[in-house]
Amino acid sequence: MTLDAQVQVDLDGFALDVALTAERGRVLAVIGPNGAGKTTTLRCLQGIRPLDGGRIVLDDDVLDHPAAGTFVVPERRRIAMVHQDLLLFPHLTARDNVAFGLRARGRSRRDARQQADDLLARRGLAAQAGARATTLSGGQAQRVALLRALVTEPRLLLLDEPLAALDPSVRGETRRELRRTLDEFTGSAVVVTHDPIDALTLADDVVVIEHGTVAQAGSLGEVTSRPRSRHVADLLGTNLVRGTARGTELRSGPAVLHLAEPLEGEVFATIAPSAITVHVSEPEGSARNRWPMTVTDIEPAGERVRLRLDGDLPLVAEITAPSLAALGLQVGSPAWASVKATEINGYSR
Amino acid sequence: MSVRRRRPPALVLVAATAALLLFALPLIGLVQRADWAHLLDDLRTPGATEAMRLSLTTSLAATALAVVLGLPLAWVLARTDIPGRAALRALVLLPMVLPPVVGGVALLSAFSRRSPIGSWLFDTFGIQLTFSPAGVVLAEAFVAMPFFVITVEAALRSLDPRYEQVAAGLGATPPQVFRRVTLPLIAPAVVAGAILSWARALGEFGATITFAGNIAGRTRTLPLSIYLQLESDPSGAIALSLVLLLVSFAVLIGLRDRWLGGGRP
Repeated sequence: MTLDAQVQVDLDGFALDVALTAERGRVLAVIGPNGAGKTTTLRCLQGIRPLDGGRIVLDDDVLDHPAAGTFVVPERRRIAMVHQDLLLFPHLTARDNVAFGLRARGRSRRDARQQADDLLARRGLAAQAGARATTLSGGQAQRVALLRALVTEPRLLLLDEPLAALDPSVRGETRRELRRTLDEFTGSAVVVTHDPIDALTLADDVVVIEHGTVAQAGSLGEVTSRPRSRHVADLLGTNLVRGTARGTELRSGPAVLHLAEPLEGEVFATIAPSAITVHVSEPEGSARNRWPMTVTDIEPAGERVRLRLDGDLPLVAEITAPSLAALGLQVGSPAWASVKATEINGYSR
Repeated sequence: MSVRRRRPPALVLVAATAALLLFALPLIGLVQRADWAHLLDDLRTPGATEAMRLSLTTSLAATALAVVLGLPLAWVLARTDIPGRAALRALVLLPMVLPPVVGGVALLSAFSRRSPIGSWLFDTFGIQLTFSPAGVVLAEAFVAMPFFVITVEAALRSLDPRYEQVAAGLGATPPQVFRRVTLPLIAPAVVAGAILSWARALGEFGATITFAGNIAGRTRTLPLSIYLQLESDPSGAIALSLVLLLVSFAVLIGLRDRWLGGGRP
């Protein structure tokens, strides 16, 4: 366990009490609505806001433990932060932004700049090395901000809404790049976001925060397939399919999914439970995405019912109570599931 | 889309014109009374060159003092939670509203050779502040430093603290953060504050004459020299006044982005 934190802070109006764990090499998404305490949590990890209770332990080093009187100042924590608005130092070039942390750790200017140039070149930013940070495009600035953080080899990388400020046209590409960067990163990472897609694409584990407390925590697969509250279900309750795409065909284990838009390589796709149609017998018509299933669980969710379906492609479907009655399905019943290609949202990994 | 501007009412227009004339007429009078043919000769007299040289060196020294001492003070006022900070800020701003002659009397009470500090300085180091160029620097710094401190403090307050937090996350110690992030980001305010306090120091009269006296070549700065010459040599006084007017214009132009740029619709 690399990061093991119990963040307790008294805020105006409510108490924040959140447990976070992130193993080395894994990415933890902290997701929740605005004002839930996500930003305060990050400030505590950075050491800007001391804890009122609980403790923060990183790699067996106690960073903040008010009960024991322990507090490590931010510059000794080796926790780097990338803000939504990136905050590249506006008076420095891209090169000197990346070199900043190396210089702070005592490397010579020449050495630090050399390494910064190498890193920038590897990210296709050789031409921008000498450019003022303020002149970079959104995507370039994002890459520079990440390099600036990663070059110091932080033990923990914090990302606050890393994609929210980006133009939608570059968000997809930047997300994939961020995913690759995080895959290579050997420390732990915590991504704070209010966007479920960010969590689904970037994270291995997820913590859902609501009003200062943890609504649910677990691996991404667990939380998406078994949301424990309506709130979590609305936010993250979806079918997550990982697989390999070739054109409009996505293979996931024995199942083949047909996509509306072509994709290549390692991908994952989300299918909303409400987008799945359940039939008692093989459906006729043009839907090519149809699979024979067995109903393994039926759980009410308000006006609706969630069906857990097992087969080549395990799925969760959400249907109304009257249609469940009309279909006459019970646990153990055979059934067919179908979904339109346009309801499958694919993302490159 | 441009909105048609409202015509100002006549009474407002008259009052505004009167106000403008109040500023403009004295300046026009000064320029019009100048003896342009002999201007350079007037500035080349030993008394004039001496006063200009003394003013330049003392005002620059006072500015240096204001920067070296004012920067830490501005930082303390902007960034720390020391008790009584409001009272401290009021104390720092006091010289801006205090009549300079009162400032001079106050400096005299604190640093004259008969005061505890003044006698200690003289007995221990042989330093006498009153009636010396060092006293001029002290008097100028006393009235000028507040301009530097409030300018820099405001810049520190408006600086996004997250820049400094990011730098700390990258391993920079507080001194490194200040030198490599904070200072470069507030550099425009530091320069503006220094220019402002230099202009104020250059024009200092009341505190200087009260505390440092009026000794030719030692404490007789430009403003003192102008005041003295007005009786004996009016054209020389006007020539020196024009020099200070020119400097004031240069300062305004230097700070135009900061002061004159903000009012555009």
